[in-house]
Amino acid sequence: MTRTADPAAAGGGSRPGAGGVGVATTSATTTAAARDPRRRAPNRRLVIGFVVALVALAAVCMLSLAVGSRYIAPDVVWSALVHWMQGGATGSGAPTVGADPSATDAIVVIDKRLPRTLLGLLAGICLALGGTVMQGLTRNPLADPGILGVNFGAALAIVVAISVFGITAPSQYLWFAFAGAALASVLVYVVASGGREGTTPVKLALAGAAVSAALGSIIVAIQLTSTEALDTLRFWQVGSLAGRGVDVLASVTPLALAGIVLALCLGRSLNALALGDDLARGLGQRVALSRLLGAVAIVLLCGSATAAVGPIVFVGLVIPHVARAITGPDYRLILPFSLVLGPILLLGADVIGRVIALPGELQVGIVVAFVGAPVFIALVRRRRLASL
Amino acid sequence: MPTPQMRSDRESAGGVLNGDREPAGRAANGVSEPAGLAANGVRDNRAAAGSTPADARRPAALRRHGSARELRVTLVLGAVILALVVVSLCLGAFTLSVPDVFGALAGRGSRSALFVVNGVRLPRASEALLVGVCLGLSGALFQSIVRNPLASPDIIGITSSASATGITAILVLGLSGFALSGVVLAGALVAAAAIYLLAWRDGVSGYRLVLVGIGIAALATAVVSLQLTRGRITDVQQALVWITGSLNNAGWAEVVVLGATMVVLVPATFAQARRLDVLRLGDDSAAALGVSLERTRLLLIVTAVALAAVAVSVVGPVGFVTLVSAPIARGLVGSGRLALLPAALLGAVVMLAADLVGQFAVPGTSFPVGVVTGIVGAPYLLWLLTRTNRRGLGG
Repeated sequence: MTRTADPAAAGGGSRPGAGGVGVATTSATTTAAARDPRRRAPNRRLVIGFVVALVALAAVCMLSLAVGSRYIAPDVVWSALVHWMQGGATGSGAPTVGADPSATDAIVVIDKRLPRTLLGLLAGICLALGGTVMQGLTRNPLADPGILGVNFGAALAIVVAISVFGITAPSQYLWFAFAGAALASVLVYVVASGGREGTTPVKLALAGAAVSAALGSIIVAIQLTSTEALDTLRFWQVGSLAGRGVDVLASVTPLALAGIVLALCLGRSLNALALGDDLARGLGQRVALSRLLGAVAIVLLCGSATAAVGPIVFVGLVIPHVARAITGPDYRLILPFSLVLGPILLLGADVIGRVIALPGELQVGIVVAFVGAPVFIALVRRRRLASL
Repeated sequence: MPTPQMRSDRESAGGVLNGDREPAGRAANGVSEPAGLAANGVRDNRAAAGSTPADARRPAALRRHGSARELRVTLVLGAVILALVVVSLCLGAFTLSVPDVFGALAGRGSRSALFVVNGVRLPRASEALLVGVCLGLSGALFQSIVRNPLASPDIIGITSSASATGITAILVLGLSGFALSGVVLAGALVAAAAIYLLAWRDGVSGYRLVLVGIGIAALATAVVSLQLTRGRITDVQQALVWITGSLNNAGWAEVVVLGATMVVLVPATFAQARRLDVLRLGDDSAAALGVSLERTRLLLIVTAVALAAVAVSVVGPVGFVTLVSAPIARGLVGSGRLALLPAALLGAVVMLAADLVGQFAVPGTSFPVGVVTGIVGAPYLLWLLTRTNRRGLGG
């Protein structure tokens, strides 16, 4: 009896496709039959959910390449992509500009929309994973780089870079944004973690709001004296995927990838930390090390996303909750789901922003804020705002 | 004689009730909301009542001592305000001596001195004073209602909503003057109503109010940054001066409007002081003492929001005055008292001093008053945060 049940469970765990079903139908024992559907059902739901999410992601990417102030049919997009992949002319090198309308379309797709979509993909993944790790590490359902003041740290660093050091190229002030984000997250955490109870959700959110208000007033003070800082920052501050350029994408990608890999490896540690520090220690986790690695991942992810696209609130807050609603509390599942769902939200918001205010466009940061704020308030209104 | 006796009984009763309630509350909902948000005042009261349980008359004595101290603090603050007003009347593009200023106030002196003092500097100083009083009172009310020293219109989204409506009105509708003030006032009131309603769930708990406010603030920040990307850089710079808060447009008309609204609002605030005192003992104690919680709290919130909104609509969202005034006033007065009047006066001191610093600290450049309050207030806010956390009161 146990022998038949075990392979079924194992099969259900690792690949719940045909193998799992086969074992379940052949084993006629009552206990296995009673247990199998229960074990298999969530797994099948997870697989279907993941596949649906992947399909949705592909669809959103396609929309992001096709939709804009100029609509380009999907087959044209596709052929442009294939042509580019085969090492053919990059858009700018296309030979027959103007003669063939599909050639201009190809240029738009490859030169403008592809970098934008890739940036959205990367930033969406980073923000969602960063938010997930933040929520897991702090056991705080309200953790989000926007709420916790990371964005304002990056903004202040950029203002300083522009007005004090005279740096104007985005690929250069990127590093300032990165350092600022890191410093602000450390500051918020240190401020919030004092006291006996450690970091409660309310304390963290308050610390984030306070640090944001504090840094915000310094930013305004500098902006009032430097027109250049104001003019650069106002377009960065709104949070947009447009006009960021390939160099930004190139310089941010290595750090972002490091953060993504690190975050995906943290599932087990986050699961253990969710039980509380004492229990995690009892289970053989090295709590301090897990926390340190988690903090490094957060800084890498949130720092590179904020540096690349500007301050974007609520993606890191909303996505982990959606993922958790699908998967349950296991971080080994929440992390990959967040990875897929994050870019869906960000790119979807970007596409909406492109069509909602034609002929202009609404920046993705604004759209996401309006989508995310109701979710945040709904979370706050829940009766038990318990720690995760 | 009966009055102090009753008071002291009430204080110790409040202390006991709180002491009973706190651990239970923390165990019941893992958030530690009631315990965490308990205010300075509540703890101080308990300390005062609990330290000498044998002698029931000591708290009454303490209280009498405290009110003498409050009187002294009030007088000193009043003198400081007077001095600051005189200094701000003297300083400017051309400096006047103190006798010249008093002469001009009495209607004597050269025509230019009369114009500069009565037409330019006096309205500016009066506006700073009145706005400071509004903001100081509003901060004191908020912090007592929510029972958290960090709860101020700056953090819980009312100021940011005012910024969002204001910048939209300036850049999109092209408004200025009283039309702008009206729109901003409406925006701040609507935002406050939205925050209150969204935080309502069988009553409004302090921490939910703060968190909903933070969510609304994020939304308002998004609107502000959206508006900043529209429009020419010169317009944007003008708008930025407004959303920082500045006294540059001060005139007698603004002062009159401000004064007229304050004639209603300030007495309304002080009329509610007694109930506020009871509310600060904690929800359970206040209910046990026969205060209708939600109605009292709603009235207080309406008063506090109206005070902040009126001030913000006239000068723009000046940051941190609400946040700074009440805790400092309470620290000066001591013994966990409400300290409404000192908080109001301290708000005026902060505004007047900050405006002087903004105008004259850096020769050649004049900063809006909000920049000064921000740069002074920001480190103070962080210090306040770490201090309250260390004492376990941060939430």
